[in-house]
Amino acid sequence: MIRVFALAPLIIAVVVGGFFLWGLDPDRDPNALPSTLISQPAPEFSLDAVAGLETPGLARADLVQGQGPVVVNVFASWCVPCRAEHAVLTRLVEDENQTLYGINYKDKPEDATRWLAELGNPYARIGSDLSGRAGIEWGLAGVPETFIVGGDGTVLYRYVGPIVGEKAVGIFRDALEAARVWDKEQGQGS
Amino acid sequence: MSNLLRICLIAILLAGQAFAVEPDEILDDPVLEARARDISKQLRCVVCQNQDIDSSNAGVARDLRLLVRERLQEGDTDADVIEYVRARYGDYVLMSPPWKPATYVLWFAPFGFAGLSLIAFMVVFRRGRSKAEQGLSDVEEAEVEAITAAWRKGDTP
Repeated sequence: MIRVFALAPLIIAVVVGGFFLWGLDPDRDPNALPSTLISQPAPEFSLDAVAGLETPGLARADLVQGQGPVVVNVFASWCVPCRAEHAVLTRLVEDENQTLYGINYKDKPEDATRWLAELGNPYARIGSDLSGRAGIEWGLAGVPETFIVGGDGTVLYRYVGPIVGEKAVGIFRDALEAARVWDKEQGQGS
Repeated sequence: MSNLLRICLIAILLAGQAFAVEPDEILDDPVLEARARDISKQLRCVVCQNQDIDSSNAGVARDLRLLVRERLQEGDTDADVIEYVRARYGDYVLMSPPWKPATYVLWFAPFGFAGLSLIAFMVVFRRGRSKAEQGLSDVEEAEVEAITAAWRKGDTP
């Protein structure tokens, strides 16, 4: 019995030290939000086009056209990081011919139109989510957020925050590449 | 502390308590509104740190409050409403963690630790008492005897 108690401080130190080690891990993001959508079918939603913009609106049916994974980016003209992210998304469309859809979150149509006229419009479709209800369907916490949706409508990836900087872009490109591979495999299977 | 300062402090404290729920959100039906408030207190605002949507001024929190009221008006039960939000935002959105295998450790750990410390306490306590009751061993008695005898003779150690 006494022997067991002699080991107690060591056990406590190992357990507590383990927690400290986990807490100090620089790669751990304590603010990371868990997402329930991953591997789930994309939520049902249907959004009208942004008033005054030629780009058509966005609904769930548009995600499952079967031409590989699509990127759904939630943005707003009032969101400052979105401006920085815009260039990254534009390059993705121009360089890799990636299909990019947008959800214009709680934005005035005229502001969104002006914003896109100034920066360019890489989006194939944009749905205007004035009420933020579609945002809730997507489990949105803030803007910007970017989703990768497989050709069959399965949500494969979610990136919270702007995809800006080498590291973030790298992470997102890897996820997109993985999604393309996954999508091809799914296509062969069916 | 001057009265003015005191009033300011109270005002600041009250400001924190002020309702985030805006007048245009409140339902006409007081029963439904009470249920909505109750549900809102159980749902986490996903962009704030550990704040429920009832007391948060964040945009998403307001949207969720409106959603809760809308679902209630459509005839959902409280559990339905919470499940609707949980399906979209996950367990994270619940202020108190749900009871399921993944959270058993969380729920049982406090009782486990209390039990362990109780056992440790009892073991230590019992050992201490039995030692005291045992008194001195024969060898120790003899040692004490020798010391007192030497003391009586006059040569102090």
